[in-house]
Amino acid sequence: MKTLLVAEYREGKLLGTSSELINFAAQLGAESAMFLVGSEGALPGYSGKLYLADVEQAGEFNPSLHKQMLLEVVEKEQPQMVVLPHSSYGWDLAPRIAMALKTAQISEVVEVKDGNLVVPSCNSKLRRQVKATTAVTVVTLQGGAFTPAEDPSGTPEVIKVEVAAGGDIEFLGYEEAAETGVDLSKAEVIVSAGRGIGKPENLALIENLAKALKGEYGASRPVIDAEWAEHSRQVGTTGQTVSPKLYVACGISGAIQHLAGMKKSEFVLAINTDKDAPIGEIADVLVVADLKQLLPVLTEKLNAL
Amino acid sequence: MKILICIKQVPDMESKFKANAAGNWYEETDLAWRMNEYDEFAVEQAVQLKEQVGEADLTVLCIGSDRVKETMKKALAMGCDRGVHIADDESYLKDSYAIASLIAGFAKDKGFDLIFTGMQSQDRGSAQVGVLIAEMLGIPSLTTLVEFSYTDGTVNAKRELEGGTRAKVSCSTPALVTCQLGLNTPRYPTLPNIMKAKKKELISTPVAELSPAASLLETLQMAPPEKKGGGLVLEGDPADLADQLIQILKEKTTALA
Ligand SMILES: Cc1cc2nc3c(=O)[nH]c(=O)nc-3n(C[C@H](O)[C@H](O)[C@H](O)COP(=O)(O)OP(=O)(O)OC[C@H]3O[C@@H](n4cnc5c(N)ncnc54)[C@H](O)[C@@H]3O)c2cc1C
Repeated sequence: MKTLLVAEYREGKLLGTSSELINFAAQLGAESAMFLVGSEGALPGYSGKLYLADVEQAGEFNPSLHKQMLLEVVEKEQPQMVVLPHSSYGWDLAPRIAMALKTAQISEVVEVKDGNLVVPSCNSKLRRQVKATTAVTVVTLQGGAFTPAEDPSGTPEVIKVEVAAGGDIEFLGYEEAAETGVDLSKAEVIVSAGRGIGKPENLALIENLAKALKGEYGASRPVIDAEWAEHSRQVGTTGQTVSPKLYVACGISGAIQHLAGMKKSEFVLAINTDKDAPIGEIADVLVVADLKQLLPVLTEKLNAL
Repeated sequence: MKILICIKQVPDMESKFKANAAGNWYEETDLAWRMNEYDEFAVEQAVQLKEQVGEADLTVLCIGSDRVKETMKKALAMGCDRGVHIADDESYLKDSYAIASLIAGFAKDKGFDLIFTGMQSQDRGSAQVGVLIAEMLGIPSLTTLVEFSYTDGTVNAKRELEGGTRAKVSCSTPALVTCQLGLNTPRYPTLPNIMKAKKKELISTPVAELSPAASLLETLQMAPPEKKGGGLVLEGDPADLADQLIQILKEKTTALA
């Protein structure tokens, strides 16, 4: 089998996901070539053919143009599988490629099982083994699911891709997340609030427990989106990445985007009314309880120590 | 302006899930159903756009069994003008490509200026349908939006990237946008609007009349993930639990040192 790996480049940097693509191809025992809209000054560690389109001309974000160039490479390489990261770049580009090639797309692959690809569903409470009816497939990989033990090395054989003009979307630049607020990455103890707190008044329960444990409080995305806490407290792929000695997840289901931000915590304690909540997969201790009942008692006992 | 909003009905994710007898989807009985969370932001943004421009007609489209009409009524109560229900008891077996083909087939001659979808569904989670519809219709699509504005045929928006960085993007209509969590604050339908929604047009068309395309993906097996973590599970009285937890924190962590 032959795969075409699509690496990503943003804000002048090659993103680390290219190593996951390479590792995935290796797990399949597949040959590979790579496509990148990037720059010669930032090449991936890779020993294979790298089709490189100059980002200065093609732009970092221009999906219809990137699609056209990628399709030309597909035409040359005739891969059976086009592989992208399941990221804001990948999930945007992948369906465009799949549609142009009239092939099936398999999104957010987490594992290869008996030669078939497995994807999560229902907030990871279930897993789905899928099979395409088309000979070629477009695949996106869940971030972190194929991280190699060691970063791949090598120097790619660069083949330049001509960049034409075009695109139906104008990209007007980046806006960085505000850097003000708390820096959770240094906290040794983090107590996080999820949607399970129910209402903003209950955030006090989380803050009080965090104080009793001499830590900071954080939150999952719905709590931030509802403006119950400021954005700098969000833990996850679109928030902060943390690695405290103790992480207490209160009323947080454990969606992959949340886990990605806290799975490096040394000890994870989860408090959840749902025994099957996916947070249980990575928690050292899952307490099946209503946080509104448990937290006041726990905080009081800690304060009395 | 003519606007289309595509929504899906999904189970509450706090439900207990198990595979169905055929092993190709989850068992649909005993589940509580609601609007896909991402689609609530799509409906809200469309309604806000109508409030902004004044003259707009909002069609909400949903594919599924008769059960999904309940969710469509919520969208009508939030402010959509009419409902198009594609009646399909087996829509759960259709992949993103088959679903997008149905929607694009419906939309192609209707002259929609803007199409709103969620960025993904909570159950299938493929994040494909919106972009596929746009590609089938040959219109630009902007995905994963956390900010949206519209003036005179131009959409200005912000896409959310990893780490919370945003990309500022723009395109002309007709266009399709996919909505990310936090794009706006979806409204709760008021009682008078719920009553009004009952009188709004909601037409069902059997899927067979629309010559649906075949799926390109099949589900071979559906199963809960194998338990990897051998984490401890505690249940019981809050006071006992608190004592146990303090003991565990003392033994296993340095948090109380
Ligand atoms: C591109 C993208 C990026 C994202 N980035 C992030 C991110 O950076 N961070 C993030 O957190 N999410 C992110 N998300 C959202 C993520 O997918 C989930 O929607 C989110 O993490 C869910 O938050 P939650 O667990 O608090 O809420 P839910 O999933 O709704 O879970 C609530 C939990 O609370 C429990 N509960 C309810 N009541 C109680 C009670 N009384 N006591 C105890 N437990 C209770 C429930 O059983 C449930 O498990 C992102 C999503 C996308 C698509």
